[in-house]
Amino acid sequence: MTLPKYDVSNDPGPSFIGLLKTMNESVTYDVSGASPEDLTQITHGTTVVAAKCADGVVIAGDRRATSGNLISYRTMKKVFPADKWSGVAIAGAAGPAIEMVKMFQLQLEHYEKVEGHSLSLEGKANQLSQMLRANLPAAMQGMVVVPLFAGYDKRRELGRLFAYDVTGGRYEESEYISSGSGSMFARTAIKMEFDPGMTKDKTVDLLIKSLFTAADDDSATGGPDAMRGIYPLVATITSDGYQELEESEIAQKFERVLEEFTPGGSTK
Amino acid sequence: MSMPFYVAPEQLMKDRADFAQKGIARGRSLVAVEFDGGVMLCAENPSRNLRKVSEIYDRIAFAGVGRYNEYDQLRIAGIRHADFKGYTYSRDDVDPQALANQYAQMLGQIFTHDTKPLEVEILVVSVGFDRDGDRMFHIRYDGSVTDEYGFAVLGGETEGIRERLEKGFSASATQSAALKHAVKALSADKKLKAEELEVGVLVRDQEGRCFQRLENDEITALLK
Repeated sequence: MTLPKYDVSNDPGPSFIGLLKTMNESVTYDVSGASPEDLTQITHGTTVVAAKCADGVVIAGDRRATSGNLISYRTMKKVFPADKWSGVAIAGAAGPAIEMVKMFQLQLEHYEKVEGHSLSLEGKANQLSQMLRANLPAAMQGMVVVPLFAGYDKRRELGRLFAYDVTGGRYEESEYISSGSGSMFARTAIKMEFDPGMTKDKTVDLLIKSLFTAADDDSATGGPDAMRGIYPLVATITSDGYQELEESEIAQKFERVLEEFTPGGSTK
Repeated sequence: MSMPFYVAPEQLMKDRADFAQKGIARGRSLVAVEFDGGVMLCAENPSRNLRKVSEIYDRIAFAGVGRYNEYDQLRIAGIRHADFKGYTYSRDDVDPQALANQYAQMLGQIFTHDTKPLEVEILVVSVGFDRDGDRMFHIRYDGSVTDEYGFAVLGGETEGIRERLEKGFSASATQSAALKHAVKALSADKKLKAEELEVGVLVRDQEGRCFQRLENDEITALLK
C-alpha cells in the first residue's frame, strides 16, 4: 500500500469515494445477469424509523434480515452512527446497504480529517443522496437500498430528519419518517400518538411501540425476542451527540409495550 | 551545445541538505512527549488555522515543521494512505510503521531526484494500549528515519529545546505537568501564551478515534 500523490489537476480533494476512483476501485454493484428469482434470495433488512423530539432526534430499527421467506439473521444491525452528530438507518438489500453505510462513515471521517472540520448536516445529507444516485443502476436491477438519515444540526441547534428514495431524492421531514417492509404499519403507529415537542423518553417509547406494531403485522420485521435476548436498536442524537440505548433499557420498555397490548392489560 | 559543470555527488547532497535545513530552521519548533494518559504534541504556532499537529487515524497523529504547504500535502497523503488501508483490510491493520516507511521513501525520492528537496521534518506518532505500544517515528527531509522514545523534538535549532526537555522529563507525568514541561522547553526565556500554542493529544484509554485538539481555554487551564 503506497502513499498516494496527486497533481493539482487530478487531486480528489477531501472525498474518499473520489480517492477510490483514482485507484480504480469499483464502488458500484452490477447484477445485470441475475434472474428475478436470484434477487429475491438476496438478504434484505427491513423496518427502520426515526422521529424528532424536543432536544434532537431518535432513530430505531428492528434486527431481522430475510432472504425471500426465510429469516437469515436475527441480530442484524440497521442503525449506525454516521459520525459523532448524526446517524443512519438502512432498509433494503443488506450487502449494498451495509457497504453504503461503511462508505458514508468513511466519507464523513475522511472529509473531517482532510479539511480539519466536519461537513454541515445538510452537506452530510447531500453526500448520502449522491451515494444513492450512484447505486441507481444496481437498484434498478433489484438491489434497492433506502436509508434514513438523522442528525443534530449544530449551527441551527436542532434535530433534523431526511428520507430518501432509490434515485437519491432527498426529502427533509419535519416530524417522523420510516423505511422498509414494515414501514407502513410503523408510520401509522407513530402518527396516532406523535406530538411535536415530545420529550426524548416519550419519543423512544413511541418508536419502540411502532416497531412492535410493524413486527406484529409484517412477517419480515423482527419483534422483541425475549427468548434469545435480542431487541431492536434505538439511538438518540442530541447536542450531546449520538448515543445508543442500553439493551436492558430497551428490554424494559418492550415489556411495558407488551403489557399494554396484552388482552385485558392496560390500554394506554 | 553547452556542457554542464561537473559537481561532485558529495557537494550536490550537501548543497541540498543545507538548503532544506535552512528552510526548516526558519520555522518554529515542536515537541512530542509521552505522559500518563497518552502522547502529547505541542507546537509553538501563533496561527489558529495553519496547523502543524493533526489526526491521521484512530491511534495515529501527524506533526510537521518547515514549509506549511509541503508538510500539509504529506499530512493529506498520510490520511489517504491510512483510510484506504483501513477500508481495504480493517481499522486494526493501520499501523504507524508502514506509514513512516512510506513517508521516508517519498522524502528520500524527492531529495535525490527532484529539483528541490522538501523543506520539512515530520513526526508520525501512535499511542498504544499501554506505554510499550507507543511509537514515534521522526522523518527528515532526506528520508532518514529514527524512532524516538519518550519524547521527540522537531525543528531547525533543537539543541537547546532537547536539553531543556531531557532535564526532569518523566513519561508518567500528568497532562498538566507534561504540558508545562513541554512549553518550558519550547519557550526558553520568553513566556508562551495559550494563543501561541497548538496542542494535540492522543488519549490512551479511548476507543476509536483517540486524537483530541485542545482549545485555548483548556490549554490555559492546564498551564495554571
